[in-house]
Amino acid sequence: MTDWLSPSEIEAVLLSLKVAFWATILSLPFGIGVGFVLARFEFPGKQVLNGLVHLPLILPPVVTGFILLKLFGTQGPIGSVLKDLGIVIAFSWTGAALAAAIMAFPLMVRAIRLSFEAVDRRLEDTARSLGASPWAVFAMISLPLALPGVVTGSILAFAKAIGEFGATITFVSNIPGETRTLPSAVYSFMQVPGGEESAYRLVVLAIVISMTALLLSEWLAKRVKTVVEGR
Amino acid sequence: MSLSVEFGLSLPNFHLEVQFDAPAGITAISGPSGAGKTTLINVLAGLVTPDYGHIETQGRVLFSSHTGVNLKPEQRHVGYIFQDARLFPHLTVMQNLKCGRWFRHLPSDPKALEKIITLLGIEHFTHRRPTQLSGGEKQRVAIGRALLSNPDVILADEPLSSLDPERKTDILPYFEMLRDQMHLPIVYVSHDADEMTRLATTHLQLKQGRIQSS
Repeated sequence: MTDWLSPSEIEAVLLSLKVAFWATILSLPFGIGVGFVLARFEFPGKQVLNGLVHLPLILPPVVTGFILLKLFGTQGPIGSVLKDLGIVIAFSWTGAALAAAIMAFPLMVRAIRLSFEAVDRRLEDTARSLGASPWAVFAMISLPLALPGVVTGSILAFAKAIGEFGATITFVSNIPGETRTLPSAVYSFMQVPGGEESAYRLVVLAIVISMTALLLSEWLAKRVKTVVEGR
Repeated sequence: MSLSVEFGLSLPNFHLEVQFDAPAGITAISGPSGAGKTTLINVLAGLVTPDYGHIETQGRVLFSSHTGVNLKPEQRHVGYIFQDARLFPHLTVMQNLKCGRWFRHLPSDPKALEKIITLLGIEHFTHRRPTQLSGGEKQRVAIGRALLSNPDVILADEPLSSLDPERKTDILPYFEMLRDQMHLPIVYVSHDADEMTRLATTHLQLKQGRIQSS
């Protein structure tokens, strides 16, 4: 691989993997929570929550990036508080992870919500009648049965996070070694004379990573489903 | 040991007005489909809240519109046996049997577990998963699971209706055994006259949302 990819290309790929990994891991608890709430509860403002979660899917990514910059920039209402605590995420890879997490969140929530909706509510009632508190029902019945969707949602979110470009470049720019992820690197190589070849290699790599993630998520979801259902 | 029930519940298409006492043994409630049998059981289990009334078992008030008591399903200590066994598919038979005690944070009770496994004749498939069981086997595990959750009352909602006639005759003796050995009030709902005659200690009929003795 070292012969094939230049150090700056490898750097971009590894950074993308790191950003996507943290984006997925840290958004997963929220994804599970929001997916469960949307699947199981009726409450005023449910459509607003649903809309907010899906907004990054519809909005131009540059708008999402701009909003993030205004909120989390060192002058922004959240960013200035974080800065006092010694945390700066604008123009750093952690910011890239935040942007990727938000952009990937709709995909994650959608898969998780659908799989919670597919859990037989009567099994949840059964557990209640056997003495399970609502928390125990969630932890021991609903969540294990929804696991295939949690796996699919996580892998899709990971793949989406690797490819995120618009919001990332707006929010954290395109700094080599810090925020130059795979798509940003492709973009940069396209801007410089003679960079086309590098761009091609990264494009192939992006296709391979995305396709692998899709196939893996299908396969894993099936495996987990088999294990969960005991077939 | 008895369950006393009195409640009223208005639903969009009918009104349920029920009053009866269920002593230890099987109180069989029959009635045509749509008479409100499942709703009645769900009210006892705490899955449906009635408009008014009083439900009490062994001196413990489960529901009282007068004093505002309405225990949650998990606080009622009822063992509910459903039409379909509703075993948890991600757990083994043994885990299904034990889950009632986990949920209630009770220490495991190997003696009771062994006794019920033997009584129900399920010892040779406790390591299996529910999908690998026949309908009759599943229903026996479901009975065991309900019993092992340490209930004050057993509720059974047409527990044999999803089984073929042969399996029914296999399972019926287990309910006779429950009736004769467990000394618990068992509310058993069905529309099958044979089942009723064979099992009932007390036989009630639910017609147009009202209980009549028969």
